[in-house]
Amino acid sequence: MLRMLSLALMLCLMVPTTAAAQTLQDILQTHQDEVLKPGRRSVGVVLDDLVASGLPQALPFLEAWRDREIVQLGSDGLFYRAAEDGDAITLTDLDTGEVFTQVDDADLTETRPNGGVRRAIGDALVQFQLSDPDIAKRRTAVDAIARTMDASQRAPLIGSIDGETDPVLKEIKTRLAGMLGALFAETADARIVAINDLSGDLSVDVRGVLNTILATDAQVAATVPDGANVAQVLVVGTDLTPTEAYARLVVAELAPPLVTKSQIRDALVTNINGDEVGGIPVASLDTDAGRALAYDMLAGEGIAPPRVNETAQADAIAAHTFYLQYAEPNPAITDAARTALTDIETKVAMSQAVDLGLDALSLASIYFLAAIGLAITFGVMGVINMAHGEFIMMGAYTGFVVQQFVPDYTLSIIIALPLAFAITFGAGVTMERLVIRHLYHRPLETLLATFGISIALQQLAKNIFGTQARPLTSPEWLDGALVFNDVIAISYIRIAIFVLALIFLTLILFVLKRTRLGLEVRAVTQNPGMAASMGINPDRINMLTFGLGSGIAGIAGVAIGLYAKVTSEMGADYIVQSFMTVVVGGVGNVWGTLAGASLIGFLQKGIEWLNPSNTLAAQTYMILFIILFIQFRPKGIVALKGRAAAD
Amino acid sequence: MTFKTSAFALTALLGTTAMAAAECADPIKVGVLHSLSGTMAISETTLKDTVELLIENQNAAGGLLGCEIEAVVVDPASDWPLFAEKARELLTVSEVDVIFGSWTSVSRKSALPVLEELNGLMFYPVQYEGEESSRNVFYTGAAPNQQAIPATDYFLEELGVEKFALLGTDYVYPRTTNNILESYLQQKGIPAEDIFVNYTPFGHSDWATIVADVVALGADGKQVGVISTINGDANIGFYKELAAAGVSADDLPVVAFSVGEEELSGLDTSDLVGHLAAWNYFQSAESELNDEWIAAWKAKMGEDRVTNDPMEAHFIGFNMWVNAVTEAGTTDVDAVREAMYGQEFPNLTGGTAVMLPNHHLAKPVLIGEITADGQFDIVSQTTEVPGDAWTDYLPESAILTSDWQELGCGMYNTETETCVQLTSNY
Amino acid sequence: MRKSFLAENPSVLWFIAVLAVFTVVVTLLSEVTGVGLISTSFVKTLGKTLCLCLVAIAMDVVWGYCGILSLGHFAFFGIGGYAIGMWLMYARTEGIVIESLAGQPIPPTSAEVSDAIGNQIFGVVGSSEFPWIWAFADNLFLQLLMVVLVPGLLALVFGWLAFRSRVTGVYLSILTQAMTLALALYLFQNDSGLRGNNGLSGLQNIPGFENTSQAVISVIFFIASALALAAGYIFFAWIVSGKMGSVVKGIRDNEARVRFLGYHVESYKLFIFTATAVVAGIAGALYYPQAGIINPGEIAPIASIYLAVWVAIGGRGRLYGAVIGAAFVSLLSSWFTGGGAPDINLGFYVVQWTDWWLVLLGLSFVAVTLFFPKGIGGLFDLLVRKQS
Repeated sequence: MLRMLSLALMLCLMVPTTAAAQTLQDILQTHQDEVLKPGRRSVGVVLDDLVASGLPQALPFLEAWRDREIVQLGSDGLFYRAAEDGDAITLTDLDTGEVFTQVDDADLTETRPNGGVRRAIGDALVQFQLSDPDIAKRRTAVDAIARTMDASQRAPLIGSIDGETDPVLKEIKTRLAGMLGALFAETADARIVAINDLSGDLSVDVRGVLNTILATDAQVAATVPDGANVAQVLVVGTDLTPTEAYARLVVAELAPPLVTKSQIRDALVTNINGDEVGGIPVASLDTDAGRALAYDMLAGEGIAPPRVNETAQADAIAAHTFYLQYAEPNPAITDAARTALTDIETKVAMSQAVDLGLDALSLASIYFLAAIGLAITFGVMGVINMAHGEFIMMGAYTGFVVQQFVPDYTLSIIIALPLAFAITFGAGVTMERLVIRHLYHRPLETLLATFGISIALQQLAKNIFGTQARPLTSPEWLDGALVFNDVIAISYIRIAIFVLALIFLTLILFVLKRTRLGLEVRAVTQNPGMAASMGINPDRINMLTFGLGSGIAGIAGVAIGLYAKVTSEMGADYIVQSFMTVVVGGVGNVWGTLAGASLIGFLQKGIEWLNPSNTLAAQTYMILFIILFIQFRPKGIVALKGRAAAD
Repeated sequence: MTFKTSAFALTALLGTTAMAAAECADPIKVGVLHSLSGTMAISETTLKDTVELLIENQNAAGGLLGCEIEAVVVDPASDWPLFAEKARELLTVSEVDVIFGSWTSVSRKSALPVLEELNGLMFYPVQYEGEESSRNVFYTGAAPNQQAIPATDYFLEELGVEKFALLGTDYVYPRTTNNILESYLQQKGIPAEDIFVNYTPFGHSDWATIVADVVALGADGKQVGVISTINGDANIGFYKELAAAGVSADDLPVVAFSVGEEELSGLDTSDLVGHLAAWNYFQSAESELNDEWIAAWKAKMGEDRVTNDPMEAHFIGFNMWVNAVTEAGTTDVDAVREAMYGQEFPNLTGGTAVMLPNHHLAKPVLIGEITADGQFDIVSQTTEVPGDAWTDYLPESAILTSDWQELGCGMYNTETETCVQLTSNY
Repeated sequence: MRKSFLAENPSVLWFIAVLAVFTVVVTLLSEVTGVGLISTSFVKTLGKTLCLCLVAIAMDVVWGYCGILSLGHFAFFGIGGYAIGMWLMYARTEGIVIESLAGQPIPPTSAEVSDAIGNQIFGVVGSSEFPWIWAFADNLFLQLLMVVLVPGLLALVFGWLAFRSRVTGVYLSILTQAMTLALALYLFQNDSGLRGNNGLSGLQNIPGFENTSQAVISVIFFIASALALAAGYIFFAWIVSGKMGSVVKGIRDNEARVRFLGYHVESYKLFIFTATAVVAGIAGALYYPQAGIINPGEIAPIASIYLAVWVAIGGRGRLYGAVIGAAFVSLLSSWFTGGGAPDINLGFYVVQWTDWWLVLLGLSFVAVTLFFPKGIGGLFDLLVRKQS
């Protein structure tokens, strides 16, 4: 860090480089290999020499180096700054700024500083960029400090706060200075004050600072030494198992190591004497007890170290104290940090619960969106449409195709949504007219026929678009996330899906409950014969209902494609889930679908939370739960009563 | 006069062709066992085309042992049991001399018993989890020590990562690789509680919670890095969620072992710039041989096609096989296998690949940063690393070694100095 | 009783006769007799097809006769395969391990043997512990019992819960599909104890027959599959032809009416569901040693749907229809997807069957359900009627 300070000093003073017979190029030539292929640990040498030179051109060089603009020309071995200019490449001399054009790019070797090196360069640049007029550079500098959290950066950072013009950045700098203060302030009191100021800040960085202060080492000793800042005395049996405890004693060389089974085996094998070991026949060594016996014989003869029996182990453990010791010697500081951290962690836990709730809500709305079309065709009309998933896929591919022709992402989504609806509406109506119409009284056969359509559509999609996943890029205003605090955040795309789900819920409720079409749909569903005699054309109604359900699947497809992926198999991923959503919620009722989607979404997140390392297990248990749930509530959560419930 | 000469040359040429044809009544047959339909088709079809291109080139260069090479292409349709059935067909009905095939480990393990029963020969071109050595398979892809371990070293050394999130799809390659890495990291002094492991199903799309968990790992002030063995489509949702959470490669670098040029061509890579991948080959590698290969590939398949690591593995494997057959003077499996040991062939990335007695290659390991155009910027290249069939970082495997040339055993216990088994463990 | 049953059902005799001739012909033309007209791999394909026919018959009984469209019978088939696969893997590995440990200076302890076997089998999924479900894997007899018991018990419990709650029709279909999906997802987990996505492999090597060639083993399994199919056919033909058959068909046509007549509908349904699940398990146990590998992908819900489709194409409600459907569609599928069918050049576009076969298959389901609800078997009926 010293080199940074001196570099800062030199460059700030801007001493006219009269004494410098040395140019930047000379330094780079001395470290040719390091400049060409720098490594994080070894790049320091180059940075040090650049410091010692005090050259003003070192600063732009470092920036260019970090941005991978530095090349080596094969013919003279010198380094230049390169910029592409159409087909040609212009090279700039690093010392003189002289510019010339190079056409043959085969003669150029690019320098490729990796992520770690770029970070090291960034650290070296921090000093100059903190007060740079360009706000982007100031931000980069602040980010670099936040990543490294080094003591040497504290003073320049504090120095730059007063001059900061941007209020947001000023706040970030102040906060960062507080964090550095908690770690590196000169006096214990100053650190405690800084630590107390951090209390209530949920960010990962702050928790990182406090955890660094609270870092502990596991220790073992006969008695706890005086003056040690002990975090916790461990109780053998509850905090750590006797085996672990003894292993720690062995590591600390406070007890003899245990003799393992493989060591016993090795000792026996090396000491085979004819067909005996230590007087025991080899044939009887096929049990652990037999081997132990033979080994004890060997140990008795002094050929092998004796085994440590269990009482000896227990005695050794009892004779020592196991404890965690803070790396920070001052108890006042660790106490303050502990208090601050406990406070933060409570809030973090609450926030995490809220965040999990948001994730569950978002998952529920995705399930809802995928299932709502099905709720209409299956729930209201009683038609099993196994090709529902493929309608979702068609919608997603519609979005993909539109993006091929309309490069503006916002516009393309605006076009894709109604277009997807139109296409899948058409597909749904066609399917209803050609196939489903003939099978209204044979629901199981509808299942088979639509399954046939499903695999045909899936394979068609593969033939047309290939098996590879296709990108469906969301518009820029949907990038990023809505951040409530450092724990609770939800991406805009998920919010959009949630809003879309809400819109469709309202729309469908409105159509079914408040419009002529809805009335006719409900009439046809309940009694087609009676409805027909009242002048309703059931054929037309069925066709429109089916088209509506399919069209919504298409729109769901665009939404799902935006947040995940577009593949020919994406429909199959959602079909079983969607059916379960509808069945669990209660068939024939839009509210039921909403309840079903919420139940499944929240349940899945809940199980994932219990077992975070295995998403697959969560899905398995969820399905088992659903199977059981249906056994006990076969009509679903929102069961229809009375006549409407009749099959 | 000139006419006469050329006529003479033509007769001579015809004569040799006729002689070649007379020498071999049957052409030399090369079986291609890659899925052309089903979920793996997208990856494996490319490899079928690669083998066909290699055969075309070899035939143009005069064939092999004076004979034409003929490809026998079958389609196991991404259906694992079919790999066994088709392998048997290739070896008994079509009577091929060698097979180039398989992608997933399960498909390889399905074909293995048949290959060993009928003494066939297969070249397997994909990076895999190791812990296997068959007498009848040459593994031209990377073993864990040729991809996962160097990438982890890069994280430790170059990026200073102190806390690891191992995210993978729930199947054998990520599971075994992560087991090895967990053990390796602990040996490197990373405590067990600083290693977070998560498995998701194939095609997983709901990444919000997992990404949030990974970001929260940084709460103790340590630099976090992600080692991703996430496979296929699931990567799209994963990278999208990372971008949505505002996580850049500088804050949270991700190194992937299953994301190559072919996979990136289905993605908008602007969100991924700076994230890493580790392979033995990148299309952006600078060598004359690579330029020629890319040109030949694009001439055959179209300008927009990319090359990738398993293709290079077939490139090396096929050429080594051709040289071994030439050296042995026959396509007999046992003779060719003997001739394979110590075969050398130039890598497309520079340097030379050597076939080791454990049926793995010595190849350099490359680490690349993803660029905005779907290619990789190579930021690290090691010298040749010899592939290790049995990892040194798991206690049960550390004592095993494979040496078909000297010991004649693929699973040799160095402690007891016995051969555990001659067939492989499938 | 037996006599009258066969006399009443001449089709059973016909079927057995055709199957017997087929079996003999295939055996004679196989590589075992030295004729070699039928390759070992094709014998395996035919043997597997016979097992598929057996599970198709089971499906036909539960759906075509009893009206329960189960989308879970291929899961029972898979469970049977896993059960036998566990023994095959264990016994083969045990042989290898004991042989390799025998050469060591001191005899191994039983813990060492079991660790080594565990490491060999589960090393691939990064574990070496034996899960509890492998408790009986060392015993062929117990494991064969599992082939029957596990699918049977699962079907019994699931069926009891579902029929008791009067879950019927499409709801039951979806519920069985959910069961299949849960099972497949469970098996996909590496921690399931059944080697996750990799499944159990090397099943074609039968322990104790290491020196027998696959040509012989394939014919043995082929004949065993034919015998199982014959037995299954007779068993189900007997069930559906008697009084029980009438009740079952009654349940299919009008469940409520049968219940009012005083029959305990749930018991009949439960019996049919469980019996067919057991037969499916047996079929699976014969199938997977011929396929050589079983993994969770085999159990995916789509496989059970295909099963229903075979039966539908073959013709529901007639056992030979199920056999025809399964044999016809599965063999045709493997011919088309295996690249056996020639491409059709339309001039402007080349139809590659590997790409277009599934489209054709899908559309033919639609056609069959719409226009030939009786399937291929229905054509036989037409022929018979014309002759008489």
